[in-house]
Amino acid sequence: MVGSRALGRQVFGVYLPLAAFLVFLLAPFYWMAIVSLKPPADLFNLRFNPLWARHFTLNNYLYLFRDTAFATWAKNTLIISTAATVLSLGCSILTGYALARLRFPGSGVMGMSIFLAYLVPPTLLFLPLAEVVGRLHLYNTYWALIFTYPTFLIPFGSWLLMGYFRTIPREIEECAQIDGSSRLGTMFRIVLPLSLPGLLSAAIFSFTLSWNEFLYALIFMSSGPLKTIPVGTVSDLIRADVLFWGPLMASAVLGSVPIAVVYTFFVEHYVSGLTAGAVKG
Amino acid sequence: MALLENERILGLLLMLPGVLLLVVFMGYPFFLGLWLSVTDSTIGHAGRFIAFGNFVALLGDSIFRQTARNTFIYAMVTVPFKLVLGLGLALVLNGAIPFRNAVRAGVLMPFIVPTALSSLGWLMIFDPIFSPISWLLRHWGVLTRNINFLGSPVLAIVSVMIANIWRGTPFFGVTILAGLQAVPHELHDAAAIDGAGAWQRFRNVTLPIITGVMLISTLFSIIMTFADFQLIYILTKGGPANETHIFGTYAYQIGLSATEIGQGAAIALYMFPILAVLAILLLRYLRRDAA
Repeated sequence: MVGSRALGRQVFGVYLPLAAFLVFLLAPFYWMAIVSLKPPADLFNLRFNPLWARHFTLNNYLYLFRDTAFATWAKNTLIISTAATVLSLGCSILTGYALARLRFPGSGVMGMSIFLAYLVPPTLLFLPLAEVVGRLHLYNTYWALIFTYPTFLIPFGSWLLMGYFRTIPREIEECAQIDGSSRLGTMFRIVLPLSLPGLLSAAIFSFTLSWNEFLYALIFMSSGPLKTIPVGTVSDLIRADVLFWGPLMASAVLGSVPIAVVYTFFVEHYVSGLTAGAVKG
Repeated sequence: MALLENERILGLLLMLPGVLLLVVFMGYPFFLGLWLSVTDSTIGHAGRFIAFGNFVALLGDSIFRQTARNTFIYAMVTVPFKLVLGLGLALVLNGAIPFRNAVRAGVLMPFIVPTALSSLGWLMIFDPIFSPISWLLRHWGVLTRNINFLGSPVLAIVSVMIANIWRGTPFFGVTILAGLQAVPHELHDAAAIDGAGAWQRFRNVTLPIITGVMLISTLFSIIMTFADFQLIYILTKGGPANETHIFGTYAYQIGLSATEIGQGAAIALYMFPILAVLAILLLRYLRRDAA
C-alpha cells in the first residue's frame, strides 16, 4: 500500500504536471512542423484531422528555396548575427575586464550606466534610433544592424564577463606581472583562456539574440534585399490568399532550427548566460 | 607602452570602444527622442518646438488611452501567470523525472527560438478557419462553430496574452530552477526529520532562498512585457480596430506608419517613468543582495 501511495504521489505530483507543461510548451512547435509537411490538398480539407498528415511532403520547403528569397535571408541573418556577436564580444571583453579589475576615474558611473543600458528595451528608443540610422545613411546596409545590436549585446556581455573575470584569482595575474608580462598581455594570455566558458556563454547568447531580433531589422531592412529570416518571413510570406500557411510554417521552422541546434549543443552555457543576470554568482 | 601600465589610462582606453558605440546608438538617440517628443516632426521634416503638445494631445486620444490600459493589463495579467507557472515548472524539473536534461532543454524552446517566427505558429493556431483549437472543440462536441480568436477585442487580448505566457514561462522556470538548485539538501533533510511536511518545507526552507531570484525575474519580466512589440505586431497589429495596441505597437504605427515621429517618440516616452522605477527597484535589490 505504501508503494502504491508513493506511486500515486509520483503520478499526480510529477508526471501529470510534467505532461501538462510539455504539451503546453511544445504543442505549438508540433503544429508548425506538421503543417509545414502537408500538401495543400490535405491542409485545406477541413474534414481531415488537422493534427496529423495523410501525406507528407517537403514541397513547402522546396518552395522556400525555389520561389522565395529564403536562402538570401538566411545568409543575411548569419552574416549580421556573426558580425554583431564578434563586435560586441570584443567590446564586452575590454569593458568587462576594465570594470572587474581596474580602478579608473568614472568606473562606478560607467558600470552603473552599462547595467541600466541592459534594462533599456528597444521599443523605448527605436524611433530616434531610426532617425540616427537614417542620418548616417545606414538604411538597408548590414551596418545598420551590426552597429545597433551591440546596444543590447554589450551591456549584457560586459555584465556577464565582469562577473566571470572577478571569479579568477588576482594572484594568478600578479604572478604573471612579476614575471614581466604587461597588463594587456596578462589579460590576453592568462585571464581570457581561463574565462573560456564565460566567453562561450556570452557568444552564444549574443548570437541567438541577434538571430532572433525583429524590431530593428523590420525598420532598417524591410525595403531592401537584406532582410533577415524573421523580417522576410513576416513581410514577404504572409499574403492575402489562404495558400501561404504551408510555406509560412516551413520558414518559421527552418528559421528556428539553427537556434535550436546551437542551443541544444550548448544548453549549459546558455542557461548560465540566461541566469547570470538573475542569479548571483 | 608605459602608458598602458597605468590603470587609470588603460581602464579608460578599454572602456572606449564599448562606451562609444553605446553613446552613439543609445545615449544620443535617447536625447534625440526627448527632443523629437517636444516637436511636431514628421519623418524627413524637422518640426517646430511645441513644448508638451504631443503629450497633452495623446491624453485626449481615446486610442492612446486604450493603449495605456492594454499595456497595464497585458503586463499585470501575464507576469503573475508566468511567475506561478514558472515556479511550478521549476519544482517539477527539480524533482526526479525521466530524461531530465532533454526535458529541461525542450521546455526552454519557447523562450529561445525567434519570437517573430513562433508567433506565426500562434497566428495559425488562432486562425478563424484553420485553428486546431477550434477543430478539437468541435470534434469533442463542445462547440458547433469556429472561434474567431483575434477578431473580437476581448478574445484578441486574451489570445495574445496566452502566447505571451507561453513564451515567458520557461524563462521563469529556468531562472527559478537555478535558484532551487542552490537550496542545500541538508536543510530539507533536517526539516523533514523535525517532522515538517512537504508544504511546510517548501514554505519555510525553499521559498525564502528563492525569493530573491523570483523578485529579480519578475521585475525583469515586467520591463520586457511592458515594452513588448513582436507578439502583438504579428498577431493583431494592434487590431481589431486598435483594441489591442500596447505602447510599442502604437508608437510604431504613429511614428513610422503614419510618419508622425514626434508624436510616436512621445508615446514611447510615456513608458519611461514606469521603466525607470522598475530599473531602480531592480538595481537597489541587486545592490543589497551583493552587499
